[in-house]
Amino acid sequence: MSTIFGSSIGRKLLMSLSGLFLVTFLIVHLSINLLLLVPDGGETFNIAANFMALPLIKYGLQPVLFGGFIIHIIYASILTLQNNKARGNAKYASGNNTKDVMWASKNMYVLGITVTAFLVVHIVDFFVPLQITHGAASVTYDGVEMHNTYALVNAALSEAWRVALYVVGSLGLTIHLTHGFWSAFQTLGFSNNIWRKRWTVIGIAFAWIIGLGFAAIAILQFAFYQ
Amino acid sequence: MENNISLTLKVWRQNGPKDKGRFETYKLDKVSTDSSFLEMMDILNEQLVNEGKEPVAFDHDCREGICGMCSLYINGRPHGPDDDVTTCQLHMRKFKDGETITIEPWRSAGFPVIKDLIVNRNAFDTIIAAGGYTSVSTGGVPDANAIPIPKVDADEAMDAASCIGCGACVATCKNGSAMLFVSAKVSHLALLPQGKVEAARRAKNMVAKMDELGFGNCTNTGACEVECPKGVSISNIARLNREFLKAKLAD
Ligand code: HEM
Ligand code: SF4
Ligand code: FES
Repeated sequence: MSTIFGSSIGRKLLMSLSGLFLVTFLIVHLSINLLLLVPDGGETFNIAANFMALPLIKYGLQPVLFGGFIIHIIYASILTLQNNKARGNAKYASGNNTKDVMWASKNMYVLGITVTAFLVVHIVDFFVPLQITHGAASVTYDGVEMHNTYALVNAALSEAWRVALYVVGSLGLTIHLTHGFWSAFQTLGFSNNIWRKRWTVIGIAFAWIIGLGFAAIAILQFAFYQ
Repeated sequence: MENNISLTLKVWRQNGPKDKGRFETYKLDKVSTDSSFLEMMDILNEQLVNEGKEPVAFDHDCREGICGMCSLYINGRPHGPDDDVTTCQLHMRKFKDGETITIEPWRSAGFPVIKDLIVNRNAFDTIIAAGGYTSVSTGGVPDANAIPIPKVDADEAMDAASCIGCGACVATCKNGSAMLFVSAKVSHLALLPQGKVEAARRAKNMVAKMDELGFGNCTNTGACEVECPKGVSISNIARLNREFLKAKLAD
């Protein structure tokens, strides 16, 4: 008997678990980003960001997070390739007129690529100066020296094009999650006729809270915190 | 006559599995709106035979929506523009006078074309043979009330059992996935006490066969449920995932 991950449902299990793991990461990330709105010149945000740079988190959790992204992206690519092959080369001349199918559900890979493109810019903007080159400026609170992460973020979000990019990235993620959230529970088998409706409502609400949350913070930073 | 319509048909013609295939255009006058889509195809074939041409090959059997033989991808939808019907139950009153109708075979790597509009759906039988049954010793028919079954379970099992194996779910799926079919076949047995005995083995073997035959990975688009002529629900897919993962984790 082949292993679980050699099967279609097993591959989907990896997609859903990595996806849900990334969802929890988004919740933590958005919570910290909200601190960008505390009007204290960035002290609260810097202290929280400094906490996230603790060795335990940096060397313990970050590799797990990267692993989550990598599994999700690799399996997304494998599944998409296999699915295109299963669809076959012959295309329907009369197209597809099936109604009531969510657009997001048919474009998860494209939406994922939008998220990946955004992720790359994000890593170059913040992750590299903060965690690799340590090129970011320092600030001291109560004798503790740390990166002035707030200044870095604030400066980045003073540029309109980057704010626009962040808004587009957040929307791509939102649409990805309007389908992804309930889909993950369907994949895990935690769904039936009643729960499918519930997960869909919860998922769409969650997706918009996350997406609009990230987008609004970027816009507010640009408009009112410069 | 107002209940007769004229049509232009763009029909897929393919001499055999290896042939490249092409569309042929035919004109039909005076098709009664009371006829079914397959009767319209019969009229077309009669016309072709009278012209000394080869008739269009298409699948059909019961013509009352229960066997699953009729297929046809009509104007962008399996079984055509009506909802919850097979092609044999599709009426010509769903089409307008002067309309052009494009008729294609199911297209999916798992269903290769045999000739014209006929595809090979043996893959479904192979999947059934991998576990879509209960191994019971034959004998007298037991009393219907010998094993009590909750009404909800019986209803859900019946709904799943209404799958006629037509393949519309695969035909419409962007991933060429057979999950709705397989989940219906696993569910109608898994819900009943008689089927529970072999449930784990059945889920594993049928999914393994489905994967082996090259059907795609379900991404939960739900298109299958929309196009299924029997309204089989994707909640069956969640049940299949559950049955399969449970069986694998128990190993
Ligand atoms: C923070 C980022 C992301 C989150 C929170 C996320 C979340 C999810 C979730 C919850 C699912 C549903 C899984 C399922 O149906 O079982 C999913 C599916 C999917 N994701 Fe992501 N994702 C993210 C980034 C990406 C990226 C970068 C890609 C890359 C190309 C991607 C590609 C896909 C694809 C193709 C699917 C559909 C796969 C399937 O249903 O089989 N995602 N995602
Ligand atoms: S699930 Fe519906 S569409 Fe799929 S084979 Fe069965 S009856 Fe046809
Ligand atoms: S011919 Fe039997 S279902 Fe259409």
